[in-house]
Amino acid sequence: MAVSVDPASVASTDLHALDEPRVIDPGLARADRVFRQVARSIGLSMLVLILAIGAFIGYQAIPTLRAYGLDFFTESAWQPELNRIGVSGALVGTIEIALIALFFGIPFAWASALFISEYAPPKLKSAVVSLVDLMAAIPGLVFGLWGFFLLQPHAIDLSRWLSQHLGWFPLFKVNTDADAAMWAQSRYTSSAFIAGIAVSMMVIPYACSVMRGVFAQAPIGEREAALALGATRWGVIRAVVLPFGRRGVIGGTMLALGRALGETVAVLLIISPTFEIKFNVIEVGTMTISALIAGRFGEASAGQLSALLAAGFVLFVLTLGVNAVAAVFVNRSRSGSITEA
Amino acid sequence: MTIVTNGAESPPTERAPEGAIRVVDLRDVQRVIRTRAFDDVAANAGAALASLAVVWLVYDELLGLDGLLGFLVCWFSAYLVFYVAVSRRSHPGVVVTDRVVSAVIHLAAIVAGLALASAIVFVFVKGWPALHHLNFYTQDMSGVRPTSPLTEGGILHAIVGTLVQVAIATVIALPLGVGTAVFMTEVGGRLANFVRTTVEAMTAMPDVLAGLFVYTLLIVGLGWEKNGLAASLAIAVTMAPVIARSAEVVLRIVPGGLREAGLALGSSGWSTVRYVVLPTARMGLASSLILGIARITGEIAPLLIVSGASTYLNLDPTNEPMNSLPLFVFTAVRSGEPLYIARGYGAAALLLLLVLVLFVLTRLLAHRRGVSR
Amino acid sequence: MSLLTPSTDPPAVPTSPGPWTTDGAPRPAIGGGGESASLEADRVSAWFGSHKVLEQVSLHMAARQVTALIGPSGCGKSTFLRILNRMHETTQGAGLSGEVRLNGVDIYAPGGRVTETRRRIGMVFQKPNPFPAMSIAENVTAGLKMTGLKPSRSDRDALVESCLQRAGLWNEVRDRLTHPGGALSGGQQQRLCIARSLAVNPDILLMDEPCSALDPTSTRYIEETIAELREDVTIVIVTHNMQQAARVSQHCAFFLAAAGTPGAIVEAGPTTQIFNEPSDPRTSDYVHGRFG
Repeated sequence: MAVSVDPASVASTDLHALDEPRVIDPGLARADRVFRQVARSIGLSMLVLILAIGAFIGYQAIPTLRAYGLDFFTESAWQPELNRIGVSGALVGTIEIALIALFFGIPFAWASALFISEYAPPKLKSAVVSLVDLMAAIPGLVFGLWGFFLLQPHAIDLSRWLSQHLGWFPLFKVNTDADAAMWAQSRYTSSAFIAGIAVSMMVIPYACSVMRGVFAQAPIGEREAALALGATRWGVIRAVVLPFGRRGVIGGTMLALGRALGETVAVLLIISPTFEIKFNVIEVGTMTISALIAGRFGEASAGQLSALLAAGFVLFVLTLGVNAVAAVFVNRSRSGSITEA
Repeated sequence: MTIVTNGAESPPTERAPEGAIRVVDLRDVQRVIRTRAFDDVAANAGAALASLAVVWLVYDELLGLDGLLGFLVCWFSAYLVFYVAVSRRSHPGVVVTDRVVSAVIHLAAIVAGLALASAIVFVFVKGWPALHHLNFYTQDMSGVRPTSPLTEGGILHAIVGTLVQVAIATVIALPLGVGTAVFMTEVGGRLANFVRTTVEAMTAMPDVLAGLFVYTLLIVGLGWEKNGLAASLAIAVTMAPVIARSAEVVLRIVPGGLREAGLALGSSGWSTVRYVVLPTARMGLASSLILGIARITGEIAPLLIVSGASTYLNLDPTNEPMNSLPLFVFTAVRSGEPLYIARGYGAAALLLLLVLVLFVLTRLLAHRRGVSR
Repeated sequence: MSLLTPSTDPPAVPTSPGPWTTDGAPRPAIGGGGESASLEADRVSAWFGSHKVLEQVSLHMAARQVTALIGPSGCGKSTFLRILNRMHETTQGAGLSGEVRLNGVDIYAPGGRVTETRRRIGMVFQKPNPFPAMSIAENVTAGLKMTGLKPSRSDRDALVESCLQRAGLWNEVRDRLTHPGGALSGGQQQRLCIARSLAVNPDILLMDEPCSALDPTSTRYIEETIAELREDVTIVIVTHNMQQAARVSQHCAFFLAAAGTPGAIVEAGPTTQIFNEPSDPRTSDYVHGRFG
């Protein structure tokens, strides 16, 4: 039986009452509910695991902070037997080495990324891209070996040149006579400078692949517009590729910084441990937090273990901050997400 | 008179009053479009040679420097000066700038490439003395003194150790990581967002800290001994967030349209995931897993802390220390014994080969997928 | 030639002066490069890899006229257009034969500078592509920056105004010249691209279906602009829209590619003739809408 409703006869409030969104029962099958529960529990367990690790490390670090207080962050010596330990020397060294690595690595990574995306012959391009990704997977161990045994003899020449001619600048001052005929080679070895160069080798392929990915996504319509105006290749790059890739370049640099801060083995193989806040990077001796942990855990008592954990936690927070800043730049860039493989 | 043909018709046979007929066969031949003129090549080569000559003569005298590095720097600077001077004579400013930038970028890429290549070559060259002995792969170092010749002993224990530890770590981290990724993409919601943020934060953790965590918790806290399992756990802790994050990316790339098609056919969420999403993402998941393994294989920091550098083959991860390739390299090259150091380089070369093999595997999988990166 | 005398490339393409005279006084941008230029394609064939897409296309595009290239999709009109300003070769595997002569000189002759050719033969694309990182004013002068011309501040402002006026956009954007170039509507963006192309003072302007992505109002604006521009700049326009071709062009070329064969010109001539008394039955079929 058909029911007809005369709209005029329905009061306006009734119409209003009719026009509300319905509550929809998703009517999930049992398999679906099970699936969602299982997935949720796996995700939760991962979350719990991560939070537990964080809590454990934080908890273990408390005795240190309680014992040493804020001095932990200002003291640079690491002499547990004298009850003087502090992370400042290692922290400064970590940042120094990371910055040196960026200083050498990022320009080369940027230029290589531009080379691959703009200058390389098309037939070679995919081979080179694969090669760069492969280089990014090379363990830091290899570059530690390279840095210590192959690079160092040559790099100390450069260090000496720097201290000879630019020694007035506090970064390049070395506590020895650089002009002597028999100059003291050992004063230039195992320095933050050399370790920084070794870490830069790891930074280069990593940052290069991130930046190249961004450059390659520069819209082809804009490229053609620039070409059609009579631009040279560099003109197209300046007008289209670089503005498009700017945030990606910054994001890639920050990601590389995060990597460089945490590098352990290359540093461990090269440096000579010294616990002081040191700004002259080409002189022998420095320390990073990860090398500190890796080097000292063996003889560490419970109290010292907690100190090492506290130091590691400081590094963690630092890296976390850097990665968070990188994510901001990456997410706001026009190219969408730049992802690690 | 000129007659133009395209080869299809035969030329007419009449003769013009004045003289011979010139027939031009304009068959459709592609033009060679040369974007690089002789001038470009000549200016470049000329600047390079001239600068080399000048710097060669002047280097020792004028600057009193020694060292290959300084020479190269001076050569390149002189080259740029000459190149700019030559180009400016006959080209507008934009072209000169373009050329200089091109030269700088080419050089930077070449230097970076050479430096990276030198690291690899260095390891292989120094490791070759050990690598070409078969016993290097089939024996371990038990009972072999560090000073023994390279025909004795080997790194079998380290190879096996790496394989076992990575395998165990993968078994733990893979389901955890992929499951979390599936949770984040397929189930979603506020909790998933929170998990995502936490996982991202975790990828920032230095792996040395992961090692220290396992050490403090298990070895010191619970009294475990340093064994292969502890090492695997330390690796798994680093691996799981990385796998979760890259698996999530792979899953997210699966077009939403596919999921909708599955739903429109009447399948449930789980069926869509199982029959549509995962198979589509399978190759991507595999390749990101293998890449993760490749990166983990070389991670030494956690191993330094929780595993012991033993000298004998040990297949039992729960008992007694288990050596591994990175750890072996580390202890060997610091030993100061030339032969032992050579073994260390050999192990490092093997590690590089392992990474290379895993990497090629990834590329092969990507190609089978039909989509290149 | 002695080594000491500065070498000069014999310019294969005679360079036209920019908007400024050499003594620095600005030449009004209206007035073009002096002489309007004609473009001649002589037996041009094109390939992508081994696949031939154009067969011996010859066409004369006279100065101060609008030449329309019409025909169904896929018959090589856009490829032909891109050959005219040497954009075709930017595609991997692209090849061509024949000559393209700008005022009598082959633009593909070795020794010529391709960037100068592209400046003189400008192009407006189907999808508007202003540079989003630049403001509207910067977009207009982008071409100058890229070809190395550096006008003074007042010259630059005068040029921006005159180009935007010629493109029919000035009144709409005169008070937001510093806003980003991407924040305009589709039709406005396309007119901005036209203004940008005009700023480098081309002799020829190629337009590849400039209105196909736009609404009717913007289309009308652009067609009015084309009509005004043709006195200074020779225009070649590819269009799918026959009525548009009839409205804006004086000369027409009808392209056709039968299935599997490369595209070629079936008939070319004055627009009125092509539309009213075409010689070829295929042309007649196409303009009367029997296929396309």
